[in-house]
Amino acid sequence: MMWLVFAFGAWALGWWVNARLAALPRTRVTGLVVPLIFGLTLIAIWEGVVRGFDISAVLLPAPSMIAARFAASTAILWEDFVQTVIKGALTGYVSGCGAAFLVAILVDRFDFLRRGLLPVGNFVAALPVIGMAPILVMWFGFDWQSKAAVVVVMVFFPMLVNTVQGLADSSAMQRDLMRTYAAGYWTTLLKLRLPAAMPFIFNGLKIASTLALIGAIVAEFFGSPIRGMGFRISTSVGQLALDLVWAEIVVAALVGSAFYGIVALIERMVTFWHPSQRHL
Amino acid sequence: MSRNTLPVLTVVLAIFLLWYIAAIFLNAAWAHDKATRSGEVLTTQTLVADTWSQEKPKLPAPHQVGAEIWKTTVEKKITSKRSLIYHSWVTLSATLIGFALGTGLGIALAVGIVYNRTMDMSVMPWVIASQTIPILAIAPMIIVVLNAVGISGLLPKAMISMYLSFFPVVVGMVKGLRSPDAMQLDQMRTWNASATQTFWRLRLPCSMPFLFTSLKIAMAASLVGAIVGELPTGAVAGLGARLLAGSYYGQTIQIWSALIMAAALAAALVALIGFVQRMTLKRMGMA
Repeated sequence: MMWLVFAFGAWALGWWVNARLAALPRTRVTGLVVPLIFGLTLIAIWEGVVRGFDISAVLLPAPSMIAARFAASTAILWEDFVQTVIKGALTGYVSGCGAAFLVAILVDRFDFLRRGLLPVGNFVAALPVIGMAPILVMWFGFDWQSKAAVVVVMVFFPMLVNTVQGLADSSAMQRDLMRTYAAGYWTTLLKLRLPAAMPFIFNGLKIASTLALIGAIVAEFFGSPIRGMGFRISTSVGQLALDLVWAEIVVAALVGSAFYGIVALIERMVTFWHPSQRHL
Repeated sequence: MSRNTLPVLTVVLAIFLLWYIAAIFLNAAWAHDKATRSGEVLTTQTLVADTWSQEKPKLPAPHQVGAEIWKTTVEKKITSKRSLIYHSWVTLSATLIGFALGTGLGIALAVGIVYNRTMDMSVMPWVIASQTIPILAIAPMIIVVLNAVGISGLLPKAMISMYLSFFPVVVGMVKGLRSPDAMQLDQMRTWNASATQTFWRLRLPCSMPFLFTSLKIAMAASLVGAIVGELPTGAVAGLGARLLAGSYYGQTIQIWSALIMAAALAAALVALIGFVQRMTLKRMGMA
């Protein structure tokens, strides 16, 4: 009963504080503090409800339990992180996005290819590509190479479509200006069209960053060596060690957010000129 | 459209051509292996014929996949456990329920975010952060836990679909509900319109183009969620189960046919939304 009161109190307090803060003029501090308080409130409610209703740890462990487990098994978590994120997701992300970028430049050069590949690419980008995972695991074996391959397939088309779209973004007037400067194809590409395409390219990179992590983890459900985040999640669920599963999820959430955040940060530095990046 | 037909057809043809060639190379090792064991000498012709007709090839040729799809959709009864239509229906129903729930949740959240400043500031960052969490990785746990509580069948899968599909709807609808400009909002004010009236007469109609664009993304995401949601249930039914069973027993043709079926399903669903979008926007005078 006490814990339920605690949960309710946390909710009331958190909402009240946030309502007060939101009424203030929006600044960088309130923009950061308000969601933070909201998140902490949710965790407090979770803790209170789990303890208050005495929910079994097999169903839903309390946040404090997950934190304890996280601290106790950093070695396992680190091993899985290296296997899944560094070897699987990151390798696939870099090679997939790189390949898509190069193909996009090639496609852009030939109008016939652009008109043919773009609809197909748009179509494939909407397909459940993750289904390729069992096939790729069969081709490339159980280790990280097959996970990287899944990631490559998953990120390729969103990246391709975005880059091709971006390369077409410079206006006829701008291209004419480059022509009056007697700029050749490569100069125009490097000085005008690639910079103009950057917002689109980063949009693709951001979409790909979340896809990469998903691809690497889900591919492990179809077979993996005895380490990796997807492997740990599926086996720990079988052993009903839900606190370890949640610890892996915390790692995945942190990695996913950090990955996205880093790409967004680089975007802000590269495309500082774009209207969407301007702040008052 | 017609301007693009020739290039698209060329690309599709090229894909098929590459597929056949890749099938020769990937399956050649097995064919050679078999030939040396039986003491045959393979000519190019017999090699090609063999690589395109193996029972468990590394990469089945397109016509093999086509034949398998024909066999499991048209020639099997729909009630049969081997019918691909039955499995597609299992996946489709979870997808649609998840999609409906996700769309409802997404619109509700978007309305809250647009009308309530506290919600805008506290929920919106978490909606975005929620998508950087690889939810698909948590799918098996959600399924197992919900099973333990006694909820099984369609609902757990639909929950995963819901989680994946609500995000594009929230983002699109927030943008859409905020798309009327200051002039239009002022006009409503001069008519002394209440907040509800402004919502139904101005904000909601304005958000329609945004809604449909995000619905397409949400539908595709919802299908992925349903397929992945089927993986941990022990491969009982559904396209995801066909994928998993196929990978356990090395039935590559079965995997590919399930994959093609999933692709066709996704394409059909997205096309359906596109059709509704055109009809609606036409009647609203927006297209």
